[in-house]
Amino acid sequence: MMDKPWNNKAWFFILPVLVLVLFSSVLPVMTVVNYSLQDSMGVNNFFWNGDAWFRDLLDPGTEIGARFADALLRTFAFSFAALAVEIPLGIAIALCLPRRGWAVGISLVITALPMLIPWNVVGTMWQIFARQDIGLFGAALTGIGLPYNVTQDSVSAWVTIVVIDVWHWTPLVILLSYAGLRAIPDAYYQAARIDGASRWAVFVNIELPKLQKVLVIAVLLRFMQTFMIYTEPVVVTGGGPGSATTFLSIDLVKIAIGQVDVGSAAAMSLVYYIIILTACWIFFTVMTQLERRGDS
Amino acid sequence: MTTITLDGIAHAYTRHPRSDRDYALRPLHHVWEQGMAYALLGPSGCGKTTLLNIISGLIIPSEGRLLFGERDVTRLPTEQRNIAQVFQFPVIYDTMTVAENLAFPLRNRKMAKPAIAARVAEIAAMLELTPDLNRRARGLTADAKQKISLGRGLVRSDVSAVLFDEPLTVIDPALKWELRSKLKAVHRALDLLMIYVTHDQTEALTFADRVVVMNEGQAVQIGTPEELFERPDHTFVGYFIGSPGMNFLPAAVDGQYARVGGSRILLGASYPALTDAVRIGVRPDFVTLTAGNGPKVQVRRVDDFGRKRLAHVTLDGLALVATVPDSMDGIGTETGVTFDPAHVLVYQNEIRVEGTPA
Repeated sequence: MMDKPWNNKAWFFILPVLVLVLFSSVLPVMTVVNYSLQDSMGVNNFFWNGDAWFRDLLDPGTEIGARFADALLRTFAFSFAALAVEIPLGIAIALCLPRRGWAVGISLVITALPMLIPWNVVGTMWQIFARQDIGLFGAALTGIGLPYNVTQDSVSAWVTIVVIDVWHWTPLVILLSYAGLRAIPDAYYQAARIDGASRWAVFVNIELPKLQKVLVIAVLLRFMQTFMIYTEPVVVTGGGPGSATTFLSIDLVKIAIGQVDVGSAAAMSLVYYIIILTACWIFFTVMTQLERRGDS
Repeated sequence: MTTITLDGIAHAYTRHPRSDRDYALRPLHHVWEQGMAYALLGPSGCGKTTLLNIISGLIIPSEGRLLFGERDVTRLPTEQRNIAQVFQFPVIYDTMTVAENLAFPLRNRKMAKPAIAARVAEIAAMLELTPDLNRRARGLTADAKQKISLGRGLVRSDVSAVLFDEPLTVIDPALKWELRSKLKAVHRALDLLMIYVTHDQTEALTFADRVVVMNEGQAVQIGTPEELFERPDHTFVGYFIGSPGMNFLPAAVDGQYARVGGSRILLGASYPALTDAVRIGVRPDFVTLTAGNGPKVQVRRVDDFGRKRLAHVTLDGLALVATVPDSMDGIGTETGVTFDPAHVLVYQNEIRVEGTPA
């Protein structure tokens, strides 16, 4: 039986998984594809609309196109801002954590705590925390004379959303980096000491190269999650002030459920999906290529 | 360019050592001389790596002083001691080329660029790394990486000792011999003090001028390979060096004779009467099966190694390994055995007893 490299019976074994994937992914996505190509005049009254939704969406001249372009730009800006803070900060904190002894477990658990809190709870916590009258954060900033107001000032709103995401998800980067750092054999540090390397030289020449693999994973995960951010801005700022923190996901929900503009929303979902997929693919390919070049 | 003096160096990993067992390294006095190659040989956990790490400064010993020349360096950090170390697994800087790797210790010491380039070229030539200088270090083979590790130590002109921590562990067997000869050549060319940790006796005996045999945190004997082979001071050295190890037989010794079971064996020297925990030790090379002479032994099996044959026999129920002369063809189940008196040594409580010449 084992002399041929394929076996048709194998299909039986993966059949349950295929059925599951069919119902959990393929059918919902195909429904969305279906919506994106049709227009509706009411309940269950659909007619063919071709690629019109997509053309409108991708043309910044139209109202929906302009809206989409703005939200897309905001979402990219948010991902960039969050990553720019979380990755360096996560590495820096991971470097400061103890390497051995009783403090290791305690530090790791404390570090990981924010990740265990559900998104909407985080949002509610920060909504109260950021209030100028009773919130510790908001009241403190106002107290020292900063013009801080989440609901009125777009800079405040942005800063708050980024800070929330940093607070919530830097621990992931910390834990990944910490695992990567712990995997570096002691001999590297000993050799660096013998070579007279400074702390900075050790970081640049040993720690950072050895962290490359976990950082690929960290950046990929954080990019996907920040690009899909929804709950925190909805709870804390409601997408405002104005549309200052209306990211793609929020806009999508507004169009789909607020305006019941199903066709537009479906087209937008698909474009959104393809953007994330493409960004991740480009990113992953570039990183693995870099690594392979390093080997040759 | 200096000697290294161990003045009562001892180390325990627990904070309050109570008995000898708590010591990873028991108090040791020794002077390592400039220009010599030493091997620290012993089984895993015998304290050899601890000793090496004390010399390199990665561990501060709990007792004793460490002197480089006249300077007390016991508490000096690694980077201020003039030593280089090659680890078990090759340590290279992944993102750098071979040349950058070799230049790294010099750049850290703020040496002028032209001087660095000249020194790197010189060391690369010595280690035969010149063709690879502009390649990424990470893509090279383990033995090339190990040469880079060594090179990073050698580029520094201030290095007074090079320490090796089982450097051939991950090297291909075929390349081990080559790399070891390279090490010896470098040693001769640079007149450095080299200390080499290994558990492989072949490596130790072929590399070193002096071998320090360690067991359970103690240096049991320090000597040339010949001394370790011919006159082990401790039964452990007898067991550990040579394959197979030395034969040890419980005996009663008086004058020039040892009594083993019912047989009398002539010794090469004269001893006072010894009865308590006494054993005689003799290497298989100096125990020879004969057709009829000497005490009778029962043959259990014969191993043919090509260039020599070894017989496992029993002498009055005591296991013994003996060489089989080329001339001897048919070996029965019972035959005679002779001992070379000059190479029969006497041990009491595991330590060799010196006899008076007869």
